Amino acid sequence: MTSLLTRPAAPSAGPPSLNRPAGRRPLPQGLTAAIWATSGLALATGFLTDLGGARGFGLAWLIAMLVPLASLVFEGRRKATDRFVTVLVVTAFMIAVIPLVSILSTVIAKGAPVLSAEFFTTSMRNVVGEGGGIQHAMLGTLIITGFATLISVPIGLFAAIYLIEYSDGGPTARGLRFLTDVMTGIPSIVAGLFAYALFVLIFGEGIRMGLGGAVALSVLMIPVVIRSSEEMLKLVPNELREASWALGVSRWRTIVKVVLPTALAGIVTGVTLAIARVIGETAPLLIIAGMTDSVNTNPLDGRMATLPVFAYSALMNPGVPPQPSIDRAWGAALTLLIIVMLLNLVARGISYLFSPAQRR
Amino acid sequence: MAHHIDVTDLNIYYGDFLAVENVNISIPARSVTAFIGPSGCGKSTFLRSLNRMHEEIKGAHVDGKVIANGQDLYASTVDPVDVRRQIGMVFQRPNPFPTMSIAQNVLAGPRLNSKRMKKSTADDIVEKSLTRAGLWNEVKDRLGRPGSGLSGGQQQRLCIARAIAVEPDVLLMDEPCSALDPISTSVIEDLIHELKTDYTIAIVTHNMQQAARVSDRTAFFNLNGVGQPGRLIEHGPTELVFSNPSEAATEAYIQGRFG
Repeated sequence: MTSLLTRPAAPSAGPPSLNRPAGRRPLPQGLTAAIWATSGLALATGFLTDLGGARGFGLAWLIAMLVPLASLVFEGRRKATDRFVTVLVVTAFMIAVIPLVSILSTVIAKGAPVLSAEFFTTSMRNVVGEGGGIQHAMLGTLIITGFATLISVPIGLFAAIYLIEYSDGGPTARGLRFLTDVMTGIPSIVAGLFAYALFVLIFGEGIRMGLGGAVALSVLMIPVVIRSSEEMLKLVPNELREASWALGVSRWRTIVKVVLPTALAGIVTGVTLAIARVIGETAPLLIIAGMTDSVNTNPLDGRMATLPVFAYSALMNPGVPPQPSIDRAWGAALTLLIIVMLLNLVARGISYLFSPAQRR
Repeated sequence: MAHHIDVTDLNIYYGDFLAVENVNISIPARSVTAFIGPSGCGKSTFLRSLNRMHEEIKGAHVDGKVIANGQDLYASTVDPVDVRRQIGMVFQRPNPFPTMSIAQNVLAGPRLNSKRMKKSTADDIVEKSLTRAGLWNEVKDRLGRPGSGLSGGQQQRLCIARAIAVEPDVLLMDEPCSALDPISTSVIEDLIHELKTDYTIAIVTHNMQQAARVSDRTAFFNLNGVGQPGRLIEHGPTELVFSNPSEAATEAYIQGRFG
C-alpha cells in the first residue's frame, strides 16, 4: 500500500473573480414586475372583454417575452435564456390549466342554477318539460359505482399483494403485469360489450341490469387498483417486514397487520382515483345498464339510470321545449363533479386517519 | 430459557452461490458471542441463518445442522415462524413500526400473533420489556406516542424491548450500534451486558473495540477474495482471540492491517 502524505500542489491560478463582468447590471425589479402585471392585464382583458381569450393570451405572451429581451440587454445571455425558458414553462402550465378552468367554470355557471332540493329528490318519471330531477340517476350512479368498487378492490388488492409479497418475479407475475397493462388500455365501450356479452350468456338476449354496469366498470377499475396498490406496497420498507418476521409473525399476518396499514393511505387514494376514473363512464353503461326515467334501486332487475347516461340522453333527446332538459343535463354534470370532489375529501380524511402517526 | 446453539458443517447458499462455507461453532448460553470480520465475509449471513431469516431472500438455503435446545432448526418438521419466536433479532437500523405507538410496538410480537391477553397482562409486558431495555423511565409518560418520534438510540432500545417481549431464548443482533452515536452505543452496550444474564446473545459488529468490550467469545470470519465463500477462521474466548490469536489473518485484522 502506498501512502499519500504529501498534499497535491495547489492550483497556481487564484480563484476566479466573482464580480459581474463589466457592462452587466441586475434587471431593475420594477421593470420585471411591470411587464408581468401588463401581461396579466392583457390576459384578463382577453378573457373578460370581446377581445377574445385566444387573442388576449397571445398578447399577454408577447408582452411577457419582453422580460427575456430586457434581460438580454441588462444581464447577458445566460440569465436571458433562463428567463426565456421560465416564460415557456409558465405558458405550458397555463395552457394545461385552461381546459380545467374552462370546464369547471362552465359546468358551475350552467349547472348551479338548476340545483335545488326538488332536483335531487325527484326522478324524471312522468315529467315532460320543466321540473323533474336526477334522483334516479344519482342513486343509479352510486349503486353501480359502489358495486364496481366492491368487485374491483378485493380483486385488485389481492393481485397487488400477490405481485409484491408472494411472487418471485417469475412468468406468472410478468404475465399478470403485462395483462394489467393491456387491461389499462381497454376502451370503455369494449368493457361494456364484454359485460353485455357475459350477461347475455347467462340471462339471454336484451338483458339490462345495474350489476352488469358494475361488472363493466370493474373491468376498467381493476387494472388501476392493481397498479396503484402495487406501487404503494412497493413503498413499504422491507425492514418493517423483516422486523415482523423476526418476531415470529407469519407472512400473511405480517401483510395484514404491518404492510397493509403502512400502505393504507396510499391505497385509499389509489382506489379513489380509480373510482373517479370510472364514475363518469357513459358508453359501457349505455349498453348494459341502459336508461330509465324512474328510480330503480335493485341492481339485479332491469334498467338503471346513471348521471353520465342521463346527461347524455337529456342532451340528445331533449324533447319540446328543449331548454329544461338541457339545463338538467348541466345539473347532472355538476352533481357528478360534486360527487367526485366529495369522494376525494372522504379519501383524504381516511388517509389522514390511517397515516403513520408521526405525520399527523 | 436461554440455551446454547451448536452449529455443525453449515454451508449457506444464495441460489448456487456458496456464501459461507463449513462453519462449526458452539455458541454458549448466557454469554455474548461476537462475530467480527471484513465486509462481505458472511458474518451477517451466518447470523441470519441462525433464526432462518436469510431464507426470506429468494433462493437462499443451507445445508448442515443448527441445533438449539436439542432441536435441529433446519429439520423438515420445523416451522421457521416458530424458530423466530425462540430466536429474536435486532437489526442494524432501528425499525419500529410507524403505524404503532411505543406501547403497541412493544406488544407487536404477541399482538401480531393474535394472542389474546388482558389489559393488565399487556401493561405488565410493556413495563417489564421497556424496563429490561432500559427505556421505561424515558418513555413511561408517552407510551401512546408514535415510536418513530424517539431518537435513534431510543428507537433501537425500543426494538430490543420489542424483541424480548416475545420472550425468546436467544437474541441475535446485526450491528445494532452502527447507526447510532457514541452515547447511545454505550447505553446499548451496557444493556447487552445486563441482558446476557438471561439470554444467549450473538452480535455482529464491525467495531473491534465493541467486540472486545461486550463479548465473552469472539468468532473471526474472513474470505480469501471477492466471489469466494466466507469462512470461520477461528473462535474462542475474547481475551485470547484479541491478545493471542492462533491465525495470522486474525491478528492482521485485529491490528487493523486490513478490512
